[in-house]
Amino acid sequence: MSVKGKELTLISPDGRRLDGRRPDDIRELKIKAGILENAGGSAYVELGNTKIYAAVYGPREVHPRHLALPNRAVIRCRYHMTPFSVEERKSPAPTRREIELSKVIRESLTPAIIVEQFPFSAIDIFIEVINADGSTRCASIIAASVALASAGIPMKDLVAACSVGKINGVLVLDVTDVEDKNGEVDMSFAMMPNRNEITLLQLDGVLSLEEIERAISMTSKACKEIYEKQKSALKEKYIELRKAVEEGART
Amino acid sequence: MMPKLKRQEIVDLLSSGRRIDGRGLEELRALEIRCRTVKNAEGSAEVRLGKTLAIAGVKTSVGTPFADTPNMGVMIVNAEFLPIASPTFEPGPPDENAIELARVIDRGLRRAGMIDLEQLCIVPGKAVWEVWIDIYALNHDGNLMDASALAAVASILTAEMPKAMVNEKGEVMINKSEKQKLPIKSIPITVTIAKIGDKLVADPSLDEEEVADAFLTATFVKDNVCAIQKRGEKSLTAEETLRALQIARQRARELLKIVKEVVGSG
Repeated sequence: MSVKGKELTLISPDGRRLDGRRPDDIRELKIKAGILENAGGSAYVELGNTKIYAAVYGPREVHPRHLALPNRAVIRCRYHMTPFSVEERKSPAPTRREIELSKVIRESLTPAIIVEQFPFSAIDIFIEVINADGSTRCASIIAASVALASAGIPMKDLVAACSVGKINGVLVLDVTDVEDKNGEVDMSFAMMPNRNEITLLQLDGVLSLEEIERAISMTSKACKEIYEKQKSALKEKYIELRKAVEEGART
Repeated sequence: MMPKLKRQEIVDLLSSGRRIDGRGLEELRALEIRCRTVKNAEGSAEVRLGKTLAIAGVKTSVGTPFADTPNMGVMIVNAEFLPIASPTFEPGPPDENAIELARVIDRGLRRAGMIDLEQLCIVPGKAVWEVWIDIYALNHDGNLMDASALAAVASILTAEMPKAMVNEKGEVMINKSEKQKLPIKSIPITVTIAKIGDKLVADPSLDEEEVADAFLTATFVKDNVCAIQKRGEKSLTAEETLRALQIARQRARELLKIVKEVVGSG
């Protein structure tokens, strides 16, 4: 953490960040699909030290009933941080930040879901942040999108996400907590990589239009890599499932 | 059914370069800003954008600073969508839309560094000024975001707060007879662009908001962007995003001129 009046060097002159990454490297990303048995679909994501569980329930009946729509499914999303996920214990009650993030995450996933297939029903997405080290909303979107697909919800595409920061004047991908708190900019971004459509864009910090253009092109490239990992995680789930079935048949 | 028909009408008009209320695609509605309308508030402004009406008030109080910023004042933005403003608004605590609006405006003001919070420190670590910016929607006819942001900015620019002094015992004394302006560093301007079909429109009306695919709200400070929020349940392409930002920047330049004129003339 930086102390007031003391500038933290977040990136060295040769372009290495505090954790050794280059500006356009993302942290190690692990995705596991289908790990919570009760949910229709679920995923666990580790993005460096940011750790997220996501679960999808539904399509199911809408409660309260008056929220149901006659022409499409209602998508509901709750982004929540566990009290122990941050340095100072966070009250488990939803904060204004969590309410806003739940909304933008929902709006980042809804464009990918073929909602017209499930009139009068609800698809509920639950996200729990287990450990927060920056980019939690992007990691949440990665996880929730895999959870939706693993629940068998018909989708136009997966949604991949990656944040962009600006530290000591340099645009960098996938910001950590230290980079977020001490850097100049935090931009969250999500897209449907196969369709080249942006579903989330939030900027917190000063950038010129040219920098925004560059940031979008950097993060779009990263999203395409993340997309491949999301697809592998989904395949992995079915390979494991097949193995289990084959072993079951043998015994 | 109605929204579908309305959308068809709006989309058809847009394809021939027209809008349902006769405006050009990038044209804003008539804007009226009235400052200092609330005598008991340190600062206040009513903004009328077409038929949309929002009011913002500034109140100040002395409080304790946050532990991690001991020599900085505190700024709090809050917004409520009152049932007085629309048949669809219900009483109760702010919903996700009001919370999002307040947080987007907060980010714009904060990241533009509009209020010099360091100058609002009275005793480091002990006493600082708290600036409360409360935004109320009074009539919702679309684009509450931009009307609210303008109201917030105009109320801050026209605010006059008492002076604080520290006596020999180290107590903070408020001198209400002496007034001072809030320390201002920059003027952020917020502009929302809506995407309807493959068209982009500035300052969406309620009819347009109801059928729009997505929104891009951007706050500008000296031609740079300091906050962006994409809203809505559909997507935007990178090209649309950048084009929306360019349109928004042009509108922001014009709005900045208007805000300066209004504030300057009282």
